[in-house]
Order: sequence, then C-alpha cells, then structure tokens
Amino acid sequence: MNDSKINLLEAPFELSYKYKRSSGPIMSKFFEGLSQKKIFGTKSKAQKVFAPAAEYDPDTREALTEIVEVGPGGTIESWSWVNSPRSHHLLKTPFAFALIKLDGADTAMLHMVSDCDESDLSTGKKVLPVWSENPTEAITDINYFILES
Amino acid sequence: MSDDQAPKDYKESFIHLEYQYTAGSATTTFLNQVKEGRLVGQSCPKCKAVYVPPRGSCPRCGIATSIEVPLTDKGCVESFTVVHIPIPGNPIVPPYVCAMIRLDEADISFLHLVQDIEIDQIRIGMRVQAVWKPKDEWTHSLENIKWFAPIDEPDVDVSTLRFKPS
Amino acid sequence: MKKVAVVGYAQHKILPNAGALNEVELIMPVVHKVFNDLGISQDDIGFTCSGSCDYLQGAAFAFVEGLSAIQTSPPIKESHVEMDAAWALYESMLKIKMGDADTALIYGFGKSSPGNLDSIISLQMDPYYISPLWPDRVSLAALQAQILLQQKIITHDEMMATVIEARNNAANNPNALLTDHVSEDLYQADSLISSPLRGFDCPPISDGASAMVIASEDKAFEFTDNPIWIEGIDHSIESSNLGSRDLATSPTIQNAITNLNLKNINFDVAELHTQFSHEVPFLRKLLNLTNVPTNLSGGPLVGNVMMCAGLDAIGKTFQSLVRDQSDHGIAHASSGPCLQHNMVVHLERHK
Repeated sequence: MNDSKINLLEAPFELSYKYKRSSGPIMSKFFEGLSQKKIFGTKSKAQKVFAPAAEYDPDTREALTEIVEVGPGGTIESWSWVNSPRSHHLLKTPFAFALIKLDGADTAMLHMVSDCDESDLSTGKKVLPVWSENPTEAITDINYFILES
Repeated sequence: MSDDQAPKDYKESFIHLEYQYTAGSATTTFLNQVKEGRLVGQSCPKCKAVYVPPRGSCPRCGIATSIEVPLTDKGCVESFTVVHIPIPGNPIVPPYVCAMIRLDEADISFLHLVQDIEIDQIRIGMRVQAVWKPKDEWTHSLENIKWFAPIDEPDVDVSTLRFKPS
Repeated sequence: MKKVAVVGYAQHKILPNAGALNEVELIMPVVHKVFNDLGISQDDIGFTCSGSCDYLQGAAFAFVEGLSAIQTSPPIKESHVEMDAAWALYESMLKIKMGDADTALIYGFGKSSPGNLDSIISLQMDPYYISPLWPDRVSLAALQAQILLQQKIITHDEMMATVIEARNNAANNPNALLTDHVSEDLYQADSLISSPLRGFDCPPISDGASAMVIASEDKAFEFTDNPIWIEGIDHSIESSNLGSRDLATSPTIQNAITNLNLKNINFDVAELHTQFSHEVPFLRKLLNLTNVPTNLSGGPLVGNVMMCAGLDAIGKTFQSLVRDQSDHGIAHASSGPCLQHNMVVHLERHK
C-alpha cells in the first residue's frame, strides 16, 4: 500500500471574477467613440488636451467636461519591445508596449505596437490604430497600433 | 446628473488569475491524516489549547503549535444555521444545515454539515459523529466526511465549552 | 508630538519558493526574532500593523490569515495596509504620534511564487484604460527606463554597474536570494525581457517576511541602547493617469527633498526600494546620493519580497546605522508603476 503522506501539498487553483463596471459620463463617451473608430480626449480651461479622455486634470483637479476628437494617429513617446510575450499578454507574437501621444493631445496613451520589427521602432515615429472587427466599447477596440509607412 | 449624461450600460470586466497553492506545514500534516481517516489537531506547548484544523500557531500565546493530538470524530453542535440558498457548483439541495462542530477534546470548532435528522430537531449541544465517505474515495480534504449525524448520547451544555481562559 | 525610533528589525531569508511554508510560517520566526532580540512579547506592543497584498495569495482578505502568526488573545489593536509594509510603518508612526500607543509591531509578508506576479501587478492599475491591456510590471518600468536613457539622465553603463554592484553587495546580506557575481560579459549576454531591461535588470521572484518594532521616545531606551530615530518621513503619489506623468522626473521625490530638508544633510548610507536597475542611478541623482554608499544590502535586485522590500530598505538602513555607529541614513519605499508613489525616510542616530 502506498504511503500517501506527502510533505508538500500543492494544488492549482484559478481565481476569476466578472465585474460590471460603469464608465461614467466622460469615459462612456470615449468608449462609444472607440466603437465608432474615433478617439476622444478632454480639454481643460488651460487648453490642455488629455487623451484618452480624462475626467480630471491631475495637476489642477479641474473636472474636465469639454470633449474633443484627437488622432487617430499619434507619435511614440516611449516604447518597450517584448520579444517573448507572456501568457497573459493579448498579443502572442513579439510586440511593443508604447506611450503614444495622439495627434492633438498633450498627454500619452498606453497601448501596443505590432506588425513591425524591434529595429523599426524609435521615439518620434508616427503610428496609426488598427481597429477591432468586433468592438465592445473597451480600450481593446483598438487592437494595437502600427507604424505609419 | 442629467439624463444625457447618465452612464451607459455596465460593461463586463473579467479578472482571471492562476495560482499554485501550497498548504503549509500544519495544514499538510492535518490533511495527510484526514486522507487516512483520522482527525488530528495540534496543541500549544504553553497553554495546551487544542486547535483543529490547526493553523500552526496559537492565537493566545503567539507561538507555534507543535504537538499533534489525535482526536475522535465525535463532538457536539456548538452552533448551526439553516441555509436556504444553494452552493454554486455543489449538488446539495437547500434547505441544509451548516454547523460549528466542536470535537471532543478540541478547544475550537470548525464548519461542516449536519444531516440525517429533521431540521427542526437540530439543537445546540446535540451530540454528533462524522459520517465518512467510502475509504476508497478519501482524498486530502475534510470532504472525506460527508456530514455529521446525530448519535444517541445526551446533549452537552455548551456553556462548559467556552475557550478556556489561559 | 513624541519622537519615534526604530528599535528592532528582522528579515526572513529570502526564498525563491517557500514551498510548504505558508505565510503564517514565514511571519512567526521574524516576529519571534525581533521580540527575542528586544526581550519583549506581544504584551509590550501597543499597536500592530501589517502590509501585504491579498492577491499574491489569491483571496480577498487573505491578510487575515497572516494574523494567525500573532498572539491575538487578549485582543490587540491592529490594522493592515494593502501596501508595502513601509506604509504599515507610517500608519504605526501616526498611531504613536497621536498618543494612541507607545510601541508598534510592523510586519510585511508575501509569497510571489504561487501566482503569476506579472498578471497580478498589471491589475493594480486603471481598470478602464490600462489593466485591460495587461501591461506587466517589467514592461511598464521599461517605458520609464527608455525615457531616462533617451534623455541621457542615465546610461546603459550605469544600469550594468548597478547590477554588478548589487550582486557584490549581496555578500554582506545573509538573507539575500541572489548572491552569484555578475560580470560585464554575463550582463551583456543576458537577453532582454522588455527592452531596455534584461533579466539581470529585474528583481527575482521572492518569498519572505520581515518585522520591525518602533517605539516612542518614552519607551525606546527600555528596548535598546541603539534606537535610531525617524527624523523625517514623507510620502506622496502621482496620478494613475500614466500618460499624463513626466517619467523623466519625480515630483514625489522632489516633495520629499523639500519637506524633509534633505539638501542640507550629509547621508552616511542609503537603501532604495529600486526594483529595476535603472531606478538606482535615477534616484541617486535626484536625491544627490552619488557619493553615498547605496543598497549595501544588495537591494531588491538580489531579493525582492513584494510588500516587504520597502520596509526592508528602512530596516537595512537602521541596521547600518547601528552597526557602523554612523549618523544619517536615507531609506526609500515605492509603490505603483514607474515610481508612482514614493516614501522617503530620514533615520538619525542622535536624538
């Protein structure tokens, strides 16, 4: 009979939660815009444009209500090439995370850049969004950005 | 907020994380015994309190509970509640009874099920004994005990069971 | 308000995988060590505060299990921060300064090995714009590293030198996880995880726990002949709107420099909660620490227990000042992507 005593009891487990999040008046306009292939920002009294649309100016605490359209293209402000995507990454082939300042915006948006080589990337390069075929009014309605050729 | 500013429908946000859980020494020891059909608590070397299932430490003294104490699978109901909602993923049919079971010689109770009795007959202090699954179904889990069922012994006065002062 | 001193600190050996040891079994030895060193028990502690992350363990309120390691009968005054235990220290200080306690026990703990740390940490950010993209902590840090390199605030050589020095310093730290020396050749040959960060530029997955005892000036000398005074402690946080931040600067560090009057102090030692190599030259420049021995413990690059590493920076600074009988130490703790939230602590030997 096997000795069933084990010195180390291990078991895999998965934790899953499904949340329903409300977007609020500003972000819901942003996500609605994405589903229509538009990118919206918000503009402060000092004429600073935040994209993606921000509810508050983090420096002045002003509640931002003026919606403006930006992009759809933008400029790479910083990037990091991921040669071996991890299991939780959305893209499965090498890609870059990037901070992208959309045309007309004063702040950057985090997203991904794909369909290129690492050597093609540099700060200042221009990018365009690739839109999802099945938008769900989420940040992932942009699949990723590609370099403007 | 005016209607045209009212938020859109809720959007679903799905969180998924994977872990490899390890039980810790006290739990591992306890579950190894449960796999063999035995309930074994641990006691504190200082105040002698017996904890089951053991966590490895005594909350009264803040030191490791190192002494293994074999326990019977008999005890009493220290408290109970009748649950009217099902457990997701569990075949149990409401209403069913969850109870705090105080094993003989243990200083704390643990949660399990009570069955084989009409719900309106269940009472605090009732003597119970574990009903085990068939031996070939035993795993490293307290689910080896299907539930606790009443036995023909006089009720216990639970006020005598208070966690003994040190 | 009363002055507060660090009187004791203990750190568990940092493990790559604690295996069968659960959180309670990691916490108990360090709490007992610091109690034994000081000759005290839980009865001498007025307030207990811990720092941990429930989702390292994988359950809401998981931190409550950690409390099984502590003597809680009779009932204790206790609190918890879902943060690095450096912030548990901050809360404990507030408790003492408000007069609600004279002594406090702080402990931090975390096992990163059971879960996927990258995916867990990516969920701590903005749930609308950032987390759905699942950016991992290395890629986010890399975005800041890239900017610092581009603007010539730091260099690749400084990153490499940091890694080599960290491994060399690990020899001073019996609890360090990584002690192998790294040569320039080995570093250059290491593959990039998220450019420009290589494996060596990143901290190891670590399991462990740490404990600290602090006391007010009324009590400190009852516990030790070498209390180290918390002369100043300051923390502030930048916006979670990552794209709105200037990652080439750190307004929170500037706040600390101003609020703690750091410009006028000659520090003898520094320990920084710098999880990535590029953060060391960046912070050393901001805090004017170029001539100050930094991360003599090896820092997070040789062992990085999540939720402890900030407290460890404070604890290691405390130990340095006691051991070397030097005067001024500076410790740093951090939280959030790209050094979003920073705490700076000025420790001083003389009251």
